[in-house]
Amino acid sequence: MSKMHVKMTVNGKPVEGLAEPRTLLIHFLREDLNLTGPHIGCDTSHCGACTVDLDGKSVKSCTVFVAQANGAEVTTIEGIANPDGTLHALQEAFREHHGLQCGFCTPGMITRAHRLLQENPNPTEAEIRMGISGNLCRCTGYQNIVKSITAAAEQLASMKEAAE
Amino acid sequence: MNDQTPTAVERAEKLQGLGSKRKRVEDARFTQGKGNYVDDIKLPGMLFGDFVRSPYGHARIKSIDKAAALAVPGVVAVLTAEDLKPLNLHYMPTLAGDVQAVLADEKVLFQGQEVAFVVAENRYVAADAVDLVEVDYEQLPAINDPFKAMDADAPVLREDIKDKMEGAHGPRKHVNHIFTWEVGDKDAAHKAISEAEVVAEEMISYQRVHPCPLETCGCVASMDKINGKLTIWGTFQAPHAVRTVASLITNIPEHNIRIISPDIGGGFGNKVGVYPGYICSAVASIVTGVPIKWIEDRIENLTSTAFARDYHMKGRISATSDGKITGLDCHVLADHGAFDACADPTKFPAGFFNICTGSYDIPAAHVTVDGVYTNKAPGGVAYRCSFRVTEASYFIERMVDVLARKLDMDPADLRLKNFIKKEQFPYTSVLGWEYDSGDYETALDKAMKTVDYTGLRAEQKANREAFDRGETRKLMGIGVAFFTEIVGAGPVKNCDILGLGMFDSCEIRIHPTGSAIARLGTISQGQGHATTFAQILASEIGIPADMITIEEGDTDTAPYGLGTYGSRSTPVAGAATAMAGRKIRAKAQMIAAYLLEVHEDDLEWDVDRFQVKGNPESHKTMAELAFASYNQAIPGLEPGLEAVSYYDPPNMTYPFGAYLCVLDIDVDTGVTDVRRFYALDDCGTRINPMIIEGQVHGGLTEALAIAMGQEIAYDEIGNVKGATLLDFYLPTAVETPAWETDYTVTPSPHHPIGAKGVGESPNVGGVSAFSNAVNDAFAHKGLTHTQMPHDHWRVWKTAEKLGLNG
Amino acid sequence: MIPGAFDYHRPSTVAEAVTLLADAGEDGRVLAGGHSLIPMMKLRMATPETLIDLRHIDELRGIDENGGTITIGAMTTQAEMIASGLLADVCPILRETALQIADPQIRNLGTIGGNVANGDPGNDLPALMQALDAAYVIAGKSGSREVAARDFYEAAYFTALQDGEVLTAIRIATPPAGHGWAYEKQKRKIGDYATAAAAVLLTMSGGKCASASIALTNVGDTPLFAEAAGAALAGTDLGADAVNAAVAAAEAIAEPAEDGRGPVDFRIKVAGQMVRRGIARAASRAS
Repeated sequence: MSKMHVKMTVNGKPVEGLAEPRTLLIHFLREDLNLTGPHIGCDTSHCGACTVDLDGKSVKSCTVFVAQANGAEVTTIEGIANPDGTLHALQEAFREHHGLQCGFCTPGMITRAHRLLQENPNPTEAEIRMGISGNLCRCTGYQNIVKSITAAAEQLASMKEAAE
Repeated sequence: MNDQTPTAVERAEKLQGLGSKRKRVEDARFTQGKGNYVDDIKLPGMLFGDFVRSPYGHARIKSIDKAAALAVPGVVAVLTAEDLKPLNLHYMPTLAGDVQAVLADEKVLFQGQEVAFVVAENRYVAADAVDLVEVDYEQLPAINDPFKAMDADAPVLREDIKDKMEGAHGPRKHVNHIFTWEVGDKDAAHKAISEAEVVAEEMISYQRVHPCPLETCGCVASMDKINGKLTIWGTFQAPHAVRTVASLITNIPEHNIRIISPDIGGGFGNKVGVYPGYICSAVASIVTGVPIKWIEDRIENLTSTAFARDYHMKGRISATSDGKITGLDCHVLADHGAFDACADPTKFPAGFFNICTGSYDIPAAHVTVDGVYTNKAPGGVAYRCSFRVTEASYFIERMVDVLARKLDMDPADLRLKNFIKKEQFPYTSVLGWEYDSGDYETALDKAMKTVDYTGLRAEQKANREAFDRGETRKLMGIGVAFFTEIVGAGPVKNCDILGLGMFDSCEIRIHPTGSAIARLGTISQGQGHATTFAQILASEIGIPADMITIEEGDTDTAPYGLGTYGSRSTPVAGAATAMAGRKIRAKAQMIAAYLLEVHEDDLEWDVDRFQVKGNPESHKTMAELAFASYNQAIPGLEPGLEAVSYYDPPNMTYPFGAYLCVLDIDVDTGVTDVRRFYALDDCGTRINPMIIEGQVHGGLTEALAIAMGQEIAYDEIGNVKGATLLDFYLPTAVETPAWETDYTVTPSPHHPIGAKGVGESPNVGGVSAFSNAVNDAFAHKGLTHTQMPHDHWRVWKTAEKLGLNG
Repeated sequence: MIPGAFDYHRPSTVAEAVTLLADAGEDGRVLAGGHSLIPMMKLRMATPETLIDLRHIDELRGIDENGGTITIGAMTTQAEMIASGLLADVCPILRETALQIADPQIRNLGTIGGNVANGDPGNDLPALMQALDAAYVIAGKSGSREVAARDFYEAAYFTALQDGEVLTAIRIATPPAGHGWAYEKQKRKIGDYATAAAAVLLTMSGGKCASASIALTNVGDTPLFAEAAGAALAGTDLGADAVNAAVAAAEAIAEPAEDGRGPVDFRIKVAGQMVRRGIARAASRAS
């Protein structure tokens, strides 16, 4: 089957490749770009392990064709850390509050939480739970994930305050 | 000393040993997307395997035409049973003493069964070719109901063994029968029940569910033809056992097989078994000479690799009229699917189901279990529990509640009255287990006080009156559950898998500068072994946990062990770690005696050092002793500081806990809202409270999923009804309530550090607590028992049958 | 789960899309958010040879209200509907319903047009469109036409949309100020289709229900406009008899299939409960 020339910006860097239009974005990221942070958990857009940002919005990359993402800006877990290489507040908070166990849902979960906190910097617990309701975790029971996101929101707010 | 000298307490804190809420060392890579799971592995020239699977529950294969598939550019091979037969690999042994078809031989026995294995240059081409393999089937009548499996006119499922009526566990009663297992004194139990003042009888079914880790099963097999070595990376909860099985199946000498479990995205029992995908990948790599990757998709995971439960337990329990339990009898019909691929210790075809007397001092009990074949996927694994323990616990916890209704007693009171008392430990149950330690009364008492149990019952009484007056359409349920697990399999004298004793192991090397590496026979799937085993060792040898690398999962480097499932890592490998640490310390003591020029007996251990008794200024730290072991010629001692321990546990461990669930049921919609859940766990010595709490949260959430929604259901012709995460119930953060955790500490007397294991307790206790709460909500209306899962429609049906709807 | 191969096109105008669709013939499909089509393709239950991606056609996006009519471009995402201040003001039931579709990620790509046009009886917006008496604007080779939502659905995945046609917009008469609304949905979990759901809109006047419109989700082959249920409320004070009559009328037309959400009798009763609760909540919001 014929391949198309695909160009996109991933984690701030321009990338390109040849891929069949039907190639799922998750496979393009993982196999062509070696960005193996996002995972495939369910194949049917229920688990959210494949969550990435597409043009500034959280999407499930197992249910997006690479052709649809041609020309787009994509952010994966590999692009979440601060520009100076230090961990983002969310990454720190997940470790601090035991927000992960097997780690398989974690990249999608943090990537989703990262976008959630940009959409709503000061979410309530209910808003966090609703905000990550497209991401399944089998290990943590979510309680420490919610705690981690809450803590990161507070940390980000205090950093913002300090900067102002 | 001066006032800057750290005290013993300060030095101990620095170690981050036992009891420390140490942050996990695994997290740095996982939070940055730098985990290394099996599907992340990419090798030069690697091809992809994908299965053609049966669309039918039971059918004869009339022909398989590979031509169109082989014509697809990029397709390298299509394997069928005919290709495997010359290698004698079309069947493989299961861990339960049966055989399982690697690729279907003449017949398919369950929907989703592996029929052909397509090998292609990438997964897209492989999937295209799978669609083009033409299989001609003749559909046969299927058995989806285990109660019909042994009917006289039942279809014969396993033609391969139809003449072999002596099974792995004794004679088979019917061509679809697998085994009968009997424990206890039948006459005594029946006598107790027939003479009892009160007898309760109930059929308790535990539906078919699936562990469903977020990462599915998969592997990469790579045969190096030059040095003859086969390496398989895969989602293996028991890598050494896989190596031994692989060697037995393929006749490749065991030293030429290397099994590596990389990071594993959850296991919960799903990744204990050996699956056709592993065998086909290995064969394909041997044939093609290049690495082969095989990764299940979610439908394949839910329909072909290791389900759990499908236990149908008919019980009778008897008591005196004032509530002293006198006898218990249980018959289990166990649906094992098309092949017996349970992962139980060999002598226990129904696992440790005979822990079903639970936490109670029951004088007479008797259990029989019959396993049968049906047209369903094989498995029957321990989904976040020890072998068949959650089934046993669910059974007794429901039966005790049913008995309480019959006696018109409060279910908590009935439990308190029948608990094994603190002073009875070690306690030998009538079904043969020796419980190591426990203090049940204290635990339940603490739980009841914390939640204000009396207040809750008063609130429930008011709710029921309001319901009857028509003021509310909600009913409040209170679930009380008390569980005793049996984990840490197990003593080699009675626990083995395929003849491999269920010991575990730890090998430690101390480096010259005082850091260390320890390797174990287990493998973490999220439990945080790299963090907690270092903590055990830090406390034993006085080296900070941060200076200890824990490595697992590579059979070329790790010592032999039976892996991680059944909460055995802490009880068995954790013990091996402590024991190996003690060997290190013993040698270090000899070195210290030499360096300090005193007799060994004149030294005492103090956190991280040996010091001369009565003269703590004269001491050698473990770091100093490590260096000395590499640079001093010490008479009578070999250089270096290493130790290995293979730990054969003297007994299992018996964690326990008291769980309370409060929920509200909307009788008009069947929607259940968990208002409060309190979990008190006693897992003996607590290694890392942060990780324990996380394990409890996760286990409770899995219990919620099982009790309230999970089911792998089959229709009459053997079709799976709903095999994606749309239908298979995994709750999101919205459906999951906040959990309250608590604990008591009753150490195990026989474990070197007193730890018992905790990861599976919340699943074992949680399911009973949820189910008891749903049943309790309707108890005053005459309900004795309603089957799980308690999803909306079943709860609504219960309300309807009780005349509560409209 | 791997989809079959296809040719991909990304038109920038509706005219171009219609031409491409015509050229592709019966194996061509339009691709909106993809969250219905792509899973079907991954299961190989759909195998289009040509996909025409509508996501880059600007004229298919946007929400406005003009002269008493709300117009929503077919490619407006559910997330955009939720974020729209205009919709929150003039027709808040759209937001309430969109919030109950799938999950946040899916709503970022899922569109109003995809949800109403593919004919999946599990989708939430079709019943709402019937309750609102919306019209679908459809473009084809021979021009544009409008079909009422109440006439659009023929059977599961079968609609009035002809081969070669593209849904371009949804038009809704702005509900009167002070109307009451509710979308009641029972589901097993976030991300699930409804066990049953009901869209209820009503207006009150002098303590009486002046008008009511009710439609049901996922209890039939198509969304069900419960005309008699609405009629049973009009002119009443929404007392118990009227509500019971409306519930009975809704239950009478529900014909759900048995599935993992439950057996037929249960799902009919849930539909009735959703109507009952929807009426109560809508009434509480009406002024």
